[in-house]
Amino acid sequence: MLESGNKKMADIALSGKVETSVAAISRTKIFGWLRLGDMVFRHFTRAAAVLVLIILSGVIIALIRGSLPALQAFGFDFLIEQRWNPVTEKFGALAPIYGTLVTSFIAMLVAVPLGLLIAVFLTELCPMWLRRPIGIAIELLAGIPSIIYGIWGLFVFAPFLQSTLQPALIDWFGNVPVLSALFEGPPYGIGILTASLILAIMVLPFITSISRDVFEAVPAVLKEAAYGVGCTTWEVVRHVVIPFARVGVIGGVMLGLGRALGETMAVTFVIGNAHRISASILAPGTTISATIANEFNEAVGELYTSSLIALGLILFVITFIVLAAARLLLLRLEKRVG
Amino acid sequence: MNLYHRRRLINAIVNTLSIGATALGLGWLVLILGSLVYQGLSALSPAVFTEMTPPPGADGGLLNPIVGSLMLTFLAIAIGTPVGIMAGTYMAEYGKFAKLTVVVRFINDILLSAPSIVVGLFVYEIMVVPMGHFSGWGGAVALALIVIPVVVRTTEDMLALVPKELRESATALGLPLAYVIRYVSYRAARAGIITGVLLAVARISGETAPLLFTALNNQFFTTNLNGPIASLPVVIFQFALSPYANWQKLAWIGALIITFAVLALSITARALSASGKSS
Repeated sequence: MLESGNKKMADIALSGKVETSVAAISRTKIFGWLRLGDMVFRHFTRAAAVLVLIILSGVIIALIRGSLPALQAFGFDFLIEQRWNPVTEKFGALAPIYGTLVTSFIAMLVAVPLGLLIAVFLTELCPMWLRRPIGIAIELLAGIPSIIYGIWGLFVFAPFLQSTLQPALIDWFGNVPVLSALFEGPPYGIGILTASLILAIMVLPFITSISRDVFEAVPAVLKEAAYGVGCTTWEVVRHVVIPFARVGVIGGVMLGLGRALGETMAVTFVIGNAHRISASILAPGTTISATIANEFNEAVGELYTSSLIALGLILFVITFIVLAAARLLLLRLEKRVG
Repeated sequence: MNLYHRRRLINAIVNTLSIGATALGLGWLVLILGSLVYQGLSALSPAVFTEMTPPPGADGGLLNPIVGSLMLTFLAIAIGTPVGIMAGTYMAEYGKFAKLTVVVRFINDILLSAPSIVVGLFVYEIMVVPMGHFSGWGGAVALALIVIPVVVRTTEDMLALVPKELRESATALGLPLAYVIRYVSYRAARAGIITGVLLAVARISGETAPLLFTALNNQFFTTNLNGPIASLPVVIFQFALSPYANWQKLAWIGALIITFAVLALSITARALSASGKSS
């Protein structure tokens, strides 16, 4: 290789000027093409990155434009009115907003402790060889499509709750002064509580995997020092791991919350679709996404459609704020660790 | 009870709770998969893959929604993957320290978990309303909008893992960046990028909400993307909520097919990324 290369160089050097200039020209040409290719590719990739921003602004603009008729007709009342009457074309978003917030809140109430406990198990207690398989199995829960949770919730989970947990709750709390209002009415099976529990299962993997990751980021020396002075596992978790990982855990929880707020299909199956606000969590209700999924294709008239799009806008704004806050927290954490 | 015993007791309680929580999580996975197999497998027959969706009360299969789902998924990946890989490339290679990258990364992470029903509304506004009718194209675009953030994220992450020495040595040979990316970065990150695409396929094959107002549904066999087209998730939604026993049975079968397809995809993706890491 080297020899032939040398020979070529020598040949070029010995022969006339014409040959070298041809080689030089073709080389410049090739470099020109390469640089052009580089520039084109660079601009294409940049355009693709900008497209991501365009998509987001497009979503916001389209939603605002679509919801203008409803917002003009009802104004601020849209947010605080409970009525939802397609016949008289009077719409208010309070019941779906309430349902969305309550189901997500109960879901987080169940999923956060469970997720943290699983993360503790995976990082502190679990034997090494079992960690990966169990971690993957929990993450597979996140891979199951939401419609599967819906059909399972409707045919398996709701009847199960109707015959076991719900009558028990009514029995226990039926005569307790304040709590009785929460568990009033017959056990329908479907309703706010069922939807919340399904949501809890769905967001569990998100909370677990982020908590596990931030727990694992705790420097081993800190934990070893605590174990070394005789702390129990719980004391290490409580006084070393959690204070260190707090910001990350909050970020993970808010990420899960963002998911729960926007979750559509699973909730649509089991929420019961009733446009009212009741104190009882056993009663059927509705959420923003369930209302849209159920009614959008049947919606007749501009105002009805526009009201549903306005619901979509409200949902997008709420989830955007929650998710943005979650990302900012996690970003801050990354900076501290990195 | 002295302090020592109390500390040990609390510890034992928390340990038991966390083992219990893990068992609960795993139990739920088993429970869901179990009821899918129990309800779906008994009715699974070749007819499911060869016959059309039936009217209430008659026998039939899921051929048209299966074909529809495959077409929509394929198109969505074909549209979304190039965009996602390009954007990820910009963020990891050209614009690593650009302001644009920081903003795009932040927005992309939000799009990654944004409610998919909102994407459906968006595509309804920009495609279904102007066209005047529901269409398979709208469904494909809606799914592509879900694919893009997934692919952007994994592409950026995977390219960031490529050692910079590899790029430096290629650059030292005089290669422009575009060729360094193509011949060095992409090759080194190939397994990871493919994993991202597989995860995106897994993610969209069960998506229902974005299709409800875009591709809608069609009870007849069609490959025409200009009209409404059936898809497995939407058929499951419609059939499961119907009062007819044979429709509900088909919904379970559809659910079984989707779940196992999705789980197979995500396990393959994991195996792929694990093998990529060790090599």
